[in-house]
Amino acid sequence: MEKILEVRNLSKVFGKGCPNCFEKTGPELNTNICPDCKSVVAAHDLSLDLYKGEILGIMGESGSGKSTVVKNLFFDQDPTSGHAIFYDDDKQYDLFSLNAAQKRHLRNHHFGMVYQNPHLGLNFGISSGGNIAERLLMNDLRNYKEIRERARELLERTEVLTERMDELPKNFSGGMQQRVQIAKALAINPPMLYLDEVTTGLDLSVQAKILDLILEIQQEMNTAMIVVTHDLGVVRLLAGRTIVMKYGRIIESGLTDQILEDPQHAYTQRLVASAL
Amino acid sequence: MTAEPILSVEGFSKHFELHEQAKTIPSSSNVNFDVYAGKLTALIGPTGAGKSSVLKGIYRTYLPSSGRITYHAANGTSLNLALADEHQILELRSREIGFVTQFLHALPRQSTEDVVAQPLYQRGVSREQGRQKAREVLANLNIPERLWGVPPATFSGGEKQRVNLARGLIAKPRLLLLDEPTASLDPTTTDRVVEMIQAMKAEGTAMLAIFHHPDLVERLADNVVTLTPPVALNNKEVTS
Ligand SMILES: Nc1ncnc2c1ncn2[C@@H]1O[C@H](COP(=O)(O)OP(=O)(O)OP(=O)(O)O)[C@@H](O)[C@H]1O
Ligand SMILES: Nc1ncnc2c1ncn2[C@@H]1O[C@H](COP(=O)(O)OP(=O)(O)OP(=O)(O)O)[C@@H](O)[C@H]1O
Ligand SMILES: [Mg+2]
Ligand SMILES: [Mg+2]
Ligand SMILES: [Zn+2]
Repeated sequence: MEKILEVRNLSKVFGKGCPNCFEKTGPELNTNICPDCKSVVAAHDLSLDLYKGEILGIMGESGSGKSTVVKNLFFDQDPTSGHAIFYDDDKQYDLFSLNAAQKRHLRNHHFGMVYQNPHLGLNFGISSGGNIAERLLMNDLRNYKEIRERARELLERTEVLTERMDELPKNFSGGMQQRVQIAKALAINPPMLYLDEVTTGLDLSVQAKILDLILEIQQEMNTAMIVVTHDLGVVRLLAGRTIVMKYGRIIESGLTDQILEDPQHAYTQRLVASAL
Repeated sequence: MTAEPILSVEGFSKHFELHEQAKTIPSSSNVNFDVYAGKLTALIGPTGAGKSSVLKGIYRTYLPSSGRITYHAANGTSLNLALADEHQILELRSREIGFVTQFLHALPRQSTEDVVAQPLYQRGVSREQGRQKAREVLANLNIPERLWGVPPATFSGGEKQRVNLARGLIAKPRLLLLDEPTASLDPTTTDRVVEMIQAMKAEGTAMLAIFHHPDLVERLADNVVTLTPPVALNNKEVTS
């Protein structure tokens, strides 16, 4: 197995920060707000490894820092400190020291992101087909016919009616918007995909279909994924390994079935017990 | 027995620390046995003796509290499953070690064929080939053809159990862990399962199994390991 992503000591502080931020926040102190300078320690000292084709779950309650992790890795935010290396066959990218053009290159050619809120992942001013075309153009596909064909293929794959590919996303249901977002993220066959609460707020049968789709994609294309969710059922179905976060820290990590059936940490034990 | 075991469990113990209740629950203590290619080792003992915990400890669904679990892999290397890296465990689960758990976990919408073929998909087998193979195994286990295309969520206990078994058998693991695979089956279907287990043994699969019924132990086991419920840690003074 080959490593695709390595994250070391990632921290993200919102606010001006002070020397006490880290020692005065965290799960033992039950807060992520520094009492001295009021900064928010959204993530601190996070390290993780991801292998090709692997799905890693990040679980934790609201505000624990789950989205912060993927936003930093997808360059939506800049970390306060830490390192991350993305391995692309023989090439290595030191993610947090790249310039804007290099970051754009990785987002356009190697990474995909599906946000909980479709407004963040889709351009609501253009059609769903146009959203996919936009991403294909960024990936240097230029021929109109080819682009349209590929967009159609992707929407078919994600079970969006292709007769509706020229409609604006706002006409679609939440589940459909999520499918268009997934189709757009997948357009370039990214080896690395970030999924942030993609099924939250959808009704159960739609959730089941989307989870099924994600698993199929992972198996067909060997896509590595980080799946952020507060839903234990989602990690159980998708992730081989899971990380549990609280107040910006990793509380526990392990094989997903072990985290759910034999949690070691008091917090994880409570979390799992309350979900039963 | 002269052959080298595929799996050796030495001094395995498991207890659960429940922080909230400030309690320690002992589950298995000082368990020792070997499992060989083409042979079946049966774990027996009363309810609560820690039989399921041993299987889960080997599969790493439970973190062993102490002991060594030496697994001799297909590539000739050996490793201690109690301490092996999570990625190594995932790799072994997808290539070599299968587990038929007591209850079926599956994606809600997935058809029975796909549920059964999952282990093959994980190895990169195409949907078409996977489904083909799944249909063969399902037919062998007497699952009516009308059920193959629908999700197992609404199936009877015995049907679900056979789907679970089909999924465990399909990938032909080197080591198969079975937790009461015939508990809710009628005698005819049980006989079918027995035949399938015998066929897998003949092909060289090493098996570690918990059976509900002494009769099955009699028919299938080459070695028998008896577990006794551990003494509760809190009651130690009272009982000794
Ligand atoms: N731009 C920001 N400015 C200030 N604080 C922020 C900002 N973004 C996030 N935070 C804070 O950082 C912490 C972590 O937020 P994050 O969005 O990562 O949480 P989460 O685990 O994804 O939660 P949820 O499950 O609710 O989505 C929260 O306390 C949040 O309020
Ligand atoms: N995840 C768990 N958390 C806490 N205690 C557990 C857990 N799993 C098992 N135990 C406890 O460990 C002991 C052994 O359980 P185990 O399921 O291994 O027994 P068993 O021999 O398989 O029993 P049965 O024949 O009833 O299936 C029991 O006291 C059980 O309550
Ligand atoms: Mg979030
Ligand atoms: Mg049991
Ligand atoms: Zn501070």
